[in-house]
Amino acid sequence: MPTITIDGKQLTVDEGKTVIQAAEEAGIYIPRYCYHPGLRIVGQCRICLVEIEKMPKLQVACYTRVQDGMVVHVNSEKAKRARQQVLEFLLVNHPIDCPVCDQAGECYLQEYYMQFGLYDPKMVEDKNKKHKAVPVGPHVVLDSERCILCTRCVRFCDEISKTSELGVFHRGDHAELLPYPGRTLDNPYSANVVDICPVGALTERDFRFKVRVWYLDETKSVCPGCATGCNIEIHTSKARPYKNEGRRIARLKPRYNPDVNDYWICDYGRYGFLFVDDDSRIEQPLVKQNGEFQELSWDDALQMVSGVINTALENGKAVRILGSAQMTNEDLYALKRFGNEVLETHDIPVTVKPLEKPYSDDFLIREDKNPNTRGAALLGFDTEPAATEKLLTACRNGEVYTLIIFHHDLFKGFAEDEVKAALDKVDSVIFVGSNLNPTAELASYVLPSCTWAEKDGTFTNYAGRVQKINEAIEPLEGSLPEWKILRRLARQFDHTFAYFEAEDVFRDIVKKVPAFTGMSYRALGDRGMLVSENGRSVQQAEVKEELTVVSK
Amino acid sequence: MNVHDKYKPLSWWDKTYIPLVIDGLAVTLRHFFRNIRLHILNVIGIKTKERGAVTYQYPEEMRPLWPRTRTLHRLMRREDGSPRCVACMMCETACPARCIYIVAEERPEVQIEKQPKIFNIDLGKCVFCGYCVEACPEDAIRMDTGIIDIASYTRNGMLLTKEQLLNIEPKVENYVSRPDLMEGQPIY
Repeated sequence: MPTITIDGKQLTVDEGKTVIQAAEEAGIYIPRYCYHPGLRIVGQCRICLVEIEKMPKLQVACYTRVQDGMVVHVNSEKAKRARQQVLEFLLVNHPIDCPVCDQAGECYLQEYYMQFGLYDPKMVEDKNKKHKAVPVGPHVVLDSERCILCTRCVRFCDEISKTSELGVFHRGDHAELLPYPGRTLDNPYSANVVDICPVGALTERDFRFKVRVWYLDETKSVCPGCATGCNIEIHTSKARPYKNEGRRIARLKPRYNPDVNDYWICDYGRYGFLFVDDDSRIEQPLVKQNGEFQELSWDDALQMVSGVINTALENGKAVRILGSAQMTNEDLYALKRFGNEVLETHDIPVTVKPLEKPYSDDFLIREDKNPNTRGAALLGFDTEPAATEKLLTACRNGEVYTLIIFHHDLFKGFAEDEVKAALDKVDSVIFVGSNLNPTAELASYVLPSCTWAEKDGTFTNYAGRVQKINEAIEPLEGSLPEWKILRRLARQFDHTFAYFEAEDVFRDIVKKVPAFTGMSYRALGDRGMLVSENGRSVQQAEVKEELTVVSK
Repeated sequence: MNVHDKYKPLSWWDKTYIPLVIDGLAVTLRHFFRNIRLHILNVIGIKTKERGAVTYQYPEEMRPLWPRTRTLHRLMRREDGSPRCVACMMCETACPARCIYIVAEERPEVQIEKQPKIFNIDLGKCVFCGYCVEACPEDAIRMDTGIIDIASYTRNGMLLTKEQLLNIEPKVENYVSRPDLMEGQPIY
């Protein structure tokens, strides 16, 4: 293992690492445009020039491998001046239209100019004109003038999405980033090029001109789009609600987690948040009277619902539940307790097999579109779709008096007449969910729950990694997290669930369910923990190892 | 003068306050007779250059505004009549009173791309600090209209929209003209 000195700091790094990676380990940041840890190294932009002793010229830190005894000066006068001049070259044809550019505020050109640019421009020629505002795909807009040709996006399309839509055409200062003729950037991971673009050349179409980035608040969360559970940041626009057409969530960005999704996220997940601020959100508990929904208060609604369930229980009739793997572990655990203690039903199905087979691939997109199927299985729910079919058959045979449905739209999993025949036989259907759907329209009572962005909790992904989601926006007025709904409902039957926040439920899970042993919200951290098979958590050991590397 | 002088004990003559009353009355009477004389002369049309009193009879009489006085905002137009504003939200960000509300939209012209769909200023909240003018990279917003009589019976009346701000007629005549200072300079 070579030992090198970077800016006076001596450290030993792995063979084959480059100077920029070694510097990162030493806590020294070297400016970069083309270098991205998730992509191949090309040494394209030259902004990472450093001085290395005994080498005649400055070297690019991203492409130079470390060798034993290397002495690197990142912040010597010569290196600083070279980086300043490289930046001036990169900005020669840049339009500097920051006022209209969506990247302003998170742009590396702006950042580096303020850090070490600050030169007096010597360029007197006119700037080159190139293509502007080209919609290169369903989610991405290209502005060639702003591009600095770092080719991060080209490499992304070659290496990660493996679709190769983008390329650099022409030569010299006419070189321009464009899609290949006849191609559009429409792969299922296309919007990642926006995240990795260090300048404003590639921007999002959905987010375009909606909110300036410095108005956004960031909350760490997990994508609810499928069983992979990609780590995300929810960017919300709360301070200025008149922007973004009243949508509170402005955009989702992937968050680095080497155990799950690296730096990436698919477009389905990225744009799967629109239901949160949709018109179909339920804002008050509803009761159906003469075929019309009437709004009523939570107290009245819970009284009516508990009355319905009580009548069924007293007459010895069946009350069944259809849970959902869209719910967090906390919600599911409260549901489990509600089923066991109040209704005394023990088999609760949670999954509905969709009629059309959903898109999936072998990278991030999984066929199971529920974020918490594994968690439901671990908490003792029946995750086989056959269980739901059995429940519907029971409904059709008139064996179920009251049915509580969480979130599901049954019409997506079963034929229309099948669902209608089944729900007609049920005396009262209680729907708990965030948005109105065709199944909710058939219910007698509708209780509004809040979406994943509005509550704390945990999801367990397909690999058994328990990950924390955080409340990014306040729950829509009138909606409650499911575990709170169940807590209040249980109260009506004189059962006390002594939970005041989601963490209390999680503590209870950790105590009662062996797979979650040793976990807590704090221990989960940003990267989550794997559930344990034999009572010992796997992730803890890994984390410890990593800490020792850092402390070296 | 020593600052402790004012604590000097008064003499018995001063303590009667007679000299001070006489002093004060003298000042009052001097102004009274001067103003009466000038007002009468002004009324009958003699010696009109000297004012009768320092008071400005607003709103009949407007006090000339100094060139740097910040007055009602206006939005500037380009040569083709479209707003100069590109909805960069700099003024909105700089505004300490949060009285500017901008919503951006796409502009069909590719070279400029962005324009304000909504540009409202709530004058009921505005503190006339002028940061928006300082922040604007396009010189699209100015506070040089010379209009200071801003009032409304309703709160909504204090909210100026983009169209209103674009169509404000500046009253430059309200500003004091100082050719010695203003040679070739725009009025701010």
